[in-house]
Amino acid sequence: MTPPKLRYIDPHVHMVSRTTDDYAAMAAAGVVAVIEPAFWVGQPRTEVGTFKDYFASLVGFERFRASQFGIKHYCTIGLNSKEANNEALAEEVIELLPRFAGKEGVVAIGEIGYDEMTKAEEKFFRVQLELAKEMDLPVMIHTPHRNKKVGTSRSMDVCMEHGIPPARVVIDHNNEETCKEVLDRGFWCAFTIYPKTKMGNMRMVDLARKYGSERIIVDSSADWGMSDPLAVPKTANLMLENGIPAAAVDAMCYRNALLAYGQSGQISESDWLDPAQIDPKREFEGNSLLRGGGPDTGRPETAGPDVRLIE
Amino acid sequence: MPAQTLLLDWLKTRIPTEGLAWLEEKAALMATGAPDKTIFASFSACVRHAGKAHLALSADDLQAARAAVPDWDPSDWTCDQAARVFLLLSMPSGPHSALVMDQMWQTADVGEAITLQKALAVLPYPEGHMARAREAIRSNIKAVFEAIATRNPYPSLHFDTVGWNQMVVKTFFVDVPLARVVGVDRRANPPLSRMLDDLAHERWAASRPFPPDLWRCVGPCADAKALADLKKVLATGSPVERRAAALALKSCPDPQAAAILSSDPTLEKAVRSGSLTWENLHDAP
Repeated sequence: MTPPKLRYIDPHVHMVSRTTDDYAAMAAAGVVAVIEPAFWVGQPRTEVGTFKDYFASLVGFERFRASQFGIKHYCTIGLNSKEANNEALAEEVIELLPRFAGKEGVVAIGEIGYDEMTKAEEKFFRVQLELAKEMDLPVMIHTPHRNKKVGTSRSMDVCMEHGIPPARVVIDHNNEETCKEVLDRGFWCAFTIYPKTKMGNMRMVDLARKYGSERIIVDSSADWGMSDPLAVPKTANLMLENGIPAAAVDAMCYRNALLAYGQSGQISESDWLDPAQIDPKREFEGNSLLRGGGPDTGRPETAGPDVRLIE
Repeated sequence: MPAQTLLLDWLKTRIPTEGLAWLEEKAALMATGAPDKTIFASFSACVRHAGKAHLALSADDLQAARAAVPDWDPSDWTCDQAARVFLLLSMPSGPHSALVMDQMWQTADVGEAITLQKALAVLPYPEGHMARAREAIRSNIKAVFEAIATRNPYPSLHFDTVGWNQMVVKTFFVDVPLARVVGVDRRANPPLSRMLDDLAHERWAASRPFPPDLWRCVGPCADAKALADLKKVLATGSPVERRAAALALKSCPDPQAAAILSSDPTLEKAVRSGSLTWENLHDAP
């Protein structure tokens, strides 16, 4: 396989639901950094403690897991819209958020917004927009699957009402029907390449042709469902094959995410370009047991000439 | 000079004046009983005010560290770690500060988790931190394990034998050099010797290598089976393995060990004269 020409960021991917094989494949495909938004884990949570441990894993163990593959891991912290509907629990989760929002590598409050557009969702969406202001963090908005167009417009209205500049808000899960308004209003416009339910990547190529690359972001939102952690590099390759200029592909699949979430001060290109940053311990730990030059992938070495061998 | 004063002195020449002023202000608040919310936020924010540069302490600084706390080795500490431990030291120590640190630990990011463990080298009220220290030994995050297991006197001073042995054996599973563990020779014990000798057999059966430093914890309490293994290694091991076997045999009070060692007069002389030690095991010709 030829080495990837471009570097990628997947700015929306739920790695807690993915395997080490996915991390290895992403690293091999050129993904240098991921942003993992706090989200619904499939099974509804019933205790605030499970949120606490989930948030802790986003700034703890998952970050370590990614680092084993040379991938930098960032996250967003927030109460998702679906679970905002359990109001008593939601109040407790909101109390917990400031404990995590100030951690290293937290690049936004998110993913927040609407699911059914209930009163409870509205209330906790607004509370969290205020938290984003207080913590000086950008916002990642999840737009609803049902009644998407109205939900997307309303999400932006509410952000404006709270005085949050569009340049500090990423509107995610857009489609052909929502993107024009999002771009016209000056928000970051993210597309989730997710088979069946969200965007397909040939449609993304067409959108790139129509709208260019400014403020457009491509992500996978890969999670516990049938999704693809290689959606960003695959889409980038499809774009290149279809004549989208490399600079535009770089913007949509790498640089725009960096610009949008870089406003947090918590993600910077030097995190993965400066070798000392990849593993600061390397600088002063001596060389006694450091293995070779590359990052420790932590992978069993099964890729030898005889792939039947497991040693 | 106490550890807290040293930390502040080191930071004075390494972080911006504003960062230092912020830190001293928060430390003063914490000394007088700040609300938990302020404590958590300040602890998290240290990295933004102090940065993550390596402290790069001089030999004199490290000497001062050892004078403040025996075996304290902050040679790999960074500015944010020094700032965070400085804050922890400014809290009145006791059950409440230990509880606050338990809560910090439960919600810690990786950098905070590492620092909470490194802090144990210098924190008073060691009994309040035991459960957290033992949990770090169970961590799968290598850097968190290293923060308590290496360059840190806490385990050798406070762990019971079960905890100590689990920690030492785990160093061989996560590739942490035993030489960085404080108090290895002082804490040698027969169960550990047997566990490590068993581990050597497992690795031999799997054709997987292991650092010959393993024998350092086997030697002092070697039983008949371990002595037979050391005899085999002394005769058939690689040069570094043979050196390790010689050192292990020298540390064993059993007269049989001396007899085995005498079968290799060159190595026997090297270990008895002190020219070969565990410290130079990997450098010796």
